Amino acid sequence: MYEKDGEKYFVVDGHIHFWDASPDNWVKGQEKYAKGWIECFHAYQGLGPAETHWPIEKFQKYSEEDFVSDVFDEGYVDVGIFNPTYLKEWYTDGFNTTETNARLAAKHPDRLIVNGRWDPREGEAGLRRLEEDAERYGLKGVKLYTAEWRDGSRGWTLRDPEAAPFLEKCAELGIVNIHVHKGPTIWPLDKDAFDVRDVDYAATSYPELNFIVEHVGLPRIEDFCFMATQEPNVYAGLAVAVGALMHARPRFFAKVMGELLFWVGEDKMLFGSDYAIWEPKWQVEGFVDWDYPDDQFSDYPAVTTASKKKILGLNAAKLYGIDVPEEFQLPTEAETPAAREDAQLVEGAA
Amino acid sequence: MSIRARVLDALGTVYDPELDEPITSLEFVTSCDVSADGDVDLRLRLPTSQCAPNFAFLMAADARDAVRRLPEVRGVTVLLEDHCTDDEINAAVNRGQAFAQAFPGETEGELDALRRLFWRKALVARQSRLCEALLAGGATPEEVTARRAADLPDEPDARRCLELRGQLGIAREDDAAAFVLPDGGAIAAVDLRHWLRIARLIRTSLESNGGMCRSLLRVRYDLPNPEEIAA
Repeated sequence: MYEKDGEKYFVVDGHIHFWDASPDNWVKGQEKYAKGWIECFHAYQGLGPAETHWPIEKFQKYSEEDFVSDVFDEGYVDVGIFNPTYLKEWYTDGFNTTETNARLAAKHPDRLIVNGRWDPREGEAGLRRLEEDAERYGLKGVKLYTAEWRDGSRGWTLRDPEAAPFLEKCAELGIVNIHVHKGPTIWPLDKDAFDVRDVDYAATSYPELNFIVEHVGLPRIEDFCFMATQEPNVYAGLAVAVGALMHARPRFFAKVMGELLFWVGEDKMLFGSDYAIWEPKWQVEGFVDWDYPDDQFSDYPAVTTASKKKILGLNAAKLYGIDVPEEFQLPTEAETPAAREDAQLVEGAA
Repeated sequence: MSIRARVLDALGTVYDPELDEPITSLEFVTSCDVSADGDVDLRLRLPTSQCAPNFAFLMAADARDAVRRLPEVRGVTVLLEDHCTDDEINAAVNRGQAFAQAFPGETEGELDALRRLFWRKALVARQSRLCEALLAGGATPEEVTARRAADLPDEPDARRCLELRGQLGIAREDDAAAFVLPDGGAIAAVDLRHWLRIARLIRTSLESNGGMCRSLLRVRYDLPNPEEIAA
């Protein structure tokens, strides 16, 4: 929890990792990609405050002690949500897997939520594995990485007919939170790899599921906002938006937040540090202190203490059924819907 | 003007298709060496090794084309460095091959549709800056939408808008509307503020992506870190 000026914030970090990207874990012949990937992440860390930067060796592989200290002891996080990223084409034991996450989570019951994953390209075997994982880990969410490479295929979409049985299985098993990575990706090559239209399609088809678009679709935040404003079950995962912009580009951060508050609304935005790209501590502190820099931003929705409490933890707690002690709750349920205006002009706009 | 200066000028007309900014001001040109005989050796860099290969290809290919067009240039070698698909891109671009030849079997077509999509976004974003300035100066929505292309100021956003309209096949003669929908259609005065809301979001996206790319490039190549650029 975080306390500032007499206000108490229950912090759910919606996006954390415990990865191993050390050279020992690089797949032979794929070193260029394994090395490039983690170096790319490391450069992102450089967008945070200088005193929070790590040397690349620590960044490739950090310890459980580092994790506990950075996330729980220093980082104010009450509950962290592990979102796995396998990338087994590049990393022998995977980059950041549910199995590894679960071993750490077992040592911190009630503090860590382990999300699973699935891949429609695995077919029937994948469905069985999802059932097993749901049973073993008590899954309430999955992280989908539509850009992941697999046996020569370099990605898939939620529109693929092969994805439908998996979404149905999630609904059946109560895995209601579908986190979709729509952030920096590479493939497919001849289209815009950041397309979020497949989420739109799935969100309409499965209203009983929540779709959390990670990294708010950056760098296609406009497409994400247009979609989210029309789908009641689409949420904005703020990981990367806070880490990459709040410190390095505060005015752009203010504009991005203003647009998200306008189009998506404070009830559908979820904080995520993306640890270990960035430590949660400076992000939580900075976000609680944050406001628009000047009156050039007066056109955007106001951000209040209540907005910050929702975004930092209460919204995610609702989606995951996390018990939040009374002292952190808002006095009355005040929902502030975002823009519901017709976004039909959007298609014509770009 | 030296050949090198003319080469750099030519590179200033090559845009990052996603950000709609020249690759020179984005500092994507690492070096540009010109021999006495007019052979150009060009090195390019990007903010991350994982930047989208399609946009990387377009910039490398456009850079080669822009330089080759100069009569005093005898040959050009483009070397994109530190990118996860640099070998594929360099091999194809320097042979003058198309994108599909750089990545055989991995694409279904060329990049024209992708390029046009981002031209449309760029046009919306740049027009919105011009419109907002007019409204801030006291113009009514009716006055703004009644403006003609000939009324556009002689400044970078307006010049680029006309260039983009040319590329998109949208009329840009003096008596054409100053501001248009990206399909070339008219913007009704009554819709202007709503359109600007959407346009502002697109602009915020392009601008913040540009900011993030600049930040990442600085971190990656340890470039001097100037003051926060005003958004």
